[in-house]
Amino acid sequence: EKTRKNFTEKIEQLITGYTKIDDEFLDELEAVLLSADVGIKTTATLMKDIRQAIKNREIETPEQLKPVLQERLCAVLSEGWTGMRLAPEPPTVILVVGVNGVGKTTTIGKLGNYYRQLGLKVLLAAGDTFRAAAIDQLEIWGQRIGAEVIKHSEGSDPAAVAFDAVQAAKARKAEIVIIDTAGRLHTKSNLMEELKKIRRVIAREIPDAPHETLLVLDATTGQNAISQAKLFSEATGVTGVVLTKLDGTAKGGVVVAIKTELGLPVKWVGVGEGVNDLRPFNAQDFAAALFTDK
Amino acid sequence: MKDWRTSCSRLSKRLRGRGKLTESDVSDALREVRMALLEADVNFKVAKDFIARVKERAVGQEVMASLTPAQHVIKIVYEELTQLMGGTQSRITISSRPPTVVMLVGLQGAGKTTTAGKLAHLLKKQNKRPLLVAADVYRPAAIKQLQVLGEKLGLPVFTLGDKESPVRIAQKAIEHALSHARDIVIIDTAGRLHINEQLMDELKAIKNTVKPHEILLVVDAMTGQDAVTVAEAFNEQLGIDGVILTKLDGDARGGAALSVRAVTGRPIKYVGMGEKLDALEPFYPDRMASRILGMGDVLSLIEKA
Ligand SMILES: Nc1nc2c(ncn2[C@@H]2O[C@H](COP(=O)(O)OP(=O)(O)OP(=O)(O)O)[C@@H](O)[C@H]2O)c(=O)[nH]1
Ligand SMILES: Nc1nc2c(ncn2[C@@H]2O[C@H](COP(=O)(O)OP(=O)(O)OP(=O)(O)O)[C@@H](O)[C@H]2O)c(=O)[nH]1
Ligand SMILES: [Mg+2]
Ligand SMILES: [Mg+2]
Repeated sequence: EKTRKNFTEKIEQLITGYTKIDDEFLDELEAVLLSADVGIKTTATLMKDIRQAIKNREIETPEQLKPVLQERLCAVLSEGWTGMRLAPEPPTVILVVGVNGVGKTTTIGKLGNYYRQLGLKVLLAAGDTFRAAAIDQLEIWGQRIGAEVIKHSEGSDPAAVAFDAVQAAKARKAEIVIIDTAGRLHTKSNLMEELKKIRRVIAREIPDAPHETLLVLDATTGQNAISQAKLFSEATGVTGVVLTKLDGTAKGGVVVAIKTELGLPVKWVGVGEGVNDLRPFNAQDFAAALFTDK
Repeated sequence: MKDWRTSCSRLSKRLRGRGKLTESDVSDALREVRMALLEADVNFKVAKDFIARVKERAVGQEVMASLTPAQHVIKIVYEELTQLMGGTQSRITISSRPPTVVMLVGLQGAGKTTTAGKLAHLLKKQNKRPLLVAADVYRPAAIKQLQVLGEKLGLPVFTLGDKESPVRIAQKAIEHALSHARDIVIIDTAGRLHINEQLMDELKAIKNTVKPHEILLVVDAMTGQDAVTVAEAFNEQLGIDGVILTKLDGDARGGAALSVRAVTGRPIKYVGMGEKLDALEPFYPDRMASRILGMGDVLSLIEKA
């Protein structure tokens, strides 16, 4: 049965003349996907798609392979994409979460700057009361972009900081509140509980807040990002991803798996440490970059 | 007569094991191993080379009586993986002429500053007198971060603020250590991309000026395929002496450990197991091999065999 199938397949390939696409190009394509951190499972699915497309004659020459795959990736990534959800009535509350060192605080500085450029009043909340000098770090960003920073002392309750920030935003008519949180591994349930508490406190003040909960992922991260996305989503209802450090050589392909498996869209990408190094996510550019050498 | 013969052949079969591993036994098992390695974020080229080597070693080997052929292949994989990961080398080379200079380098957010604090803590417990050096003049509040850690540890932190060049800071720090009888100097450098020439040149300049005894590359255990590129670049440009793998307290399988080890040949000296300053542990190659393979059940079977 197996031999017969192989035989008919081979005949088919001979007739259509695609033998060459099959071996070399498909291997090369698989390598590109794997080395971009797309992951073995998602890569296998995509390769199956491609094989089907070859059968269906959607792909007839080797040259068509990459563009077709790029197009599929782009379609997956842009499906259901929306920009940032703003509150019908200010303030809009944005909660920023993620594991240690991925770029949360820096992203908050850049995102705050984006809204400041639009002429909005921005308030930052120093909800990382744990890491050494995390509050000072956010304060420097606040000064850089001209945003007030609401802070308590190191070691205090982050939920209380969030509460104060929302209160202050209402009182001072700030349009955007961005809440920083301490980096935490998604496997630490007590720390995930702490995030839930922050959410509860915010929602008590503004019923549909936080309006966005952004999960920051480091593009250098491999398959563990899927576990991060899963567990942070369960605990905090993540609404979108910020993919940082795309200015390096890592491609961040794991977001393809995250979009396919969890439906989480990438909303922003970080491309440097400077105040202007944040871009709205562009699926087409991203998909194209997966195939280029840096 | 017939009964005797079957039971005899059964016995001799048990004594001789299950015969030799065939090409197809090995290929089947290794297909699964490849999946496991890729899921653990081992670089796909590293995984490919590794599998080729195991295959060469495995085909034709006598299968142990208590194991299936597949299990026997996994056993070989596990042994090779452990060996490739190197021995336990959890120490810093202490110079006979103090101060011993240690420099931490790596990508942004890998855990350098925290690790500097952890190392200082460890060495202090060994009756050393570390000096922490704040040579990150770029990241907002990087100096303050190190100062807070130094204060927690009751250890001095050398800084010239963020207006001096890191090269000069490192140089002055050595002079300070000499005149203040600090026998270990731990230099915290700014996070940087391996493709940022200017910042990589800065590290080379620090290296040439203070001639560190240990240049340690700090690598996030969650790193994916790019670990190879990063480690290769840092090693080529600086010549690293060892690796510290951070954030292993999560659920990352840590395939980066194998990737980094394979491309640099440098030992992994410590692993970071948390944010607290005492969360630095020795590196155990066998545990890491088992974590990367993620085949706990099979491995415990093999241990018993
Ligand atoms: N190259 C590059 N570096 C970045 C980017 N985003 C952040 N960084 C750097 O990554 C490092 C960590 O950034 P932080 O913003 O402190 O990360 P964090 O998630 O707040 O870290 P914790 O609060 O400690 O969990 C810093 O050195 C940042 O400058 C980016 O897009 N590109
Ligand atoms: N869970 C966990 N977190 C860690 C570990 N090591 C460091 N961290 C955290 O990772 C984040 C980044 O650590 P830093 O020490 O600031 O990293 P860095 O490499 O100095 O960062 P830059 O100076 O911005 O490049 C912080 O939140 C640390 O608390 C570890 O072993 N486990
Ligand atoms: Mg932070
Ligand atoms: Mg640092």
